[in-house]
Amino acid sequence: MSRRARLVVFAVGAAGAAALLAWGLLGLPDFGHYRGPYGDVLNEQALGQRHAQNVVNAVVLDYRGFDTVGEEFILFGAVIGVTLLLRRQREEHERATGDRARDMAFARTSDAVRVFSLALVVPTIVLGLYVVVHGHLSPGGGFQGGLIVGAAPVFVYLAGRYVVFRSVDPEGALDLGEGMGAAGFVAVGLVGLVATGAFLENVWPLGQVGSVFSAGTIPVINVSVGIEVAAGLVLVLFEFLEQTLLLRGG
Amino acid sequence: MTAVEIVTMLLVGGIALAVVLTKDPLKQVLVFSLFGSALAVLFLVLQAPDVALSAIVVGLAYPVLVMLTLSKIRQRERR
Repeated sequence: MSRRARLVVFAVGAAGAAALLAWGLLGLPDFGHYRGPYGDVLNEQALGQRHAQNVVNAVVLDYRGFDTVGEEFILFGAVIGVTLLLRRQREEHERATGDRARDMAFARTSDAVRVFSLALVVPTIVLGLYVVVHGHLSPGGGFQGGLIVGAAPVFVYLAGRYVVFRSVDPEGALDLGEGMGAAGFVAVGLVGLVATGAFLENVWPLGQVGSVFSAGTIPVINVSVGIEVAAGLVLVLFEFLEQTLLLRGG
Repeated sequence: MTAVEIVTMLLVGGIALAVVLTKDPLKQVLVFSLFGSALAVLFLVLQAPDVALSAIVVGLAYPVLVMLTLSKIRQRERR
């Protein structure tokens, strides 16, 4: 096909796509005007039915919980894939070059960055745990809080303390957390299945509205998701760092 | 739509364009990090603070992973 013919084909295709997009955009409801009934119904019902003040969290982990189990295993599969790929390479490399030069100095960071990063580590973990535990009460939940907890090791790395972090040898604990977190969600679902015949049925005592121990199974799932997400993020980061450090050393 | 929403959306759109137009991967990661922050502000403005939290953390952790990968690739190229 000549250049001219290709341009004509592209112009027709682009014009068609643009027209379809414009048509679709014109048919959208006005910005901020919600048409579906489900959100309004849940906003009225969730507090009474589940004693959860954060309706978003109640939807994600209870009303629509089965869907979230699938999402959780997408994350699980992605983390496992990255880990398997990187770990395999690492083992080959270690066999070839041995364990030398692991403690090579890395990028020289300024003192200000080091101090601030190090000072941020503990507050980040505390904030993350707070967001996980209060998932059913205030904005946040297991995914968000787990991500925040998992960001703490990034600060450790930025502070140039990776060698210290590594000496803890977190791999076993991370593997365990990743597996247990994913399994915990399913276990809670199975408890519901055994007790009432419906997967993820909220069978635990609902407690008093507004307290940390309320909303039945929702906070339990928040914690298990938090463990899984945090462990997964740190595991991926750890494998990436090992790769980079090995290359610098080897 | 309020003025704050319009300004934030234009900001997100503008920075997104900048991400696409940046050629060097290292610079692109930095611009992308900025994009994540702008997106977090947009989520906050649209009253989704929990999504904003995730956006902030993803905007922090993801560039670190990309930078590590870039560092590895460049080491290999240098050899």
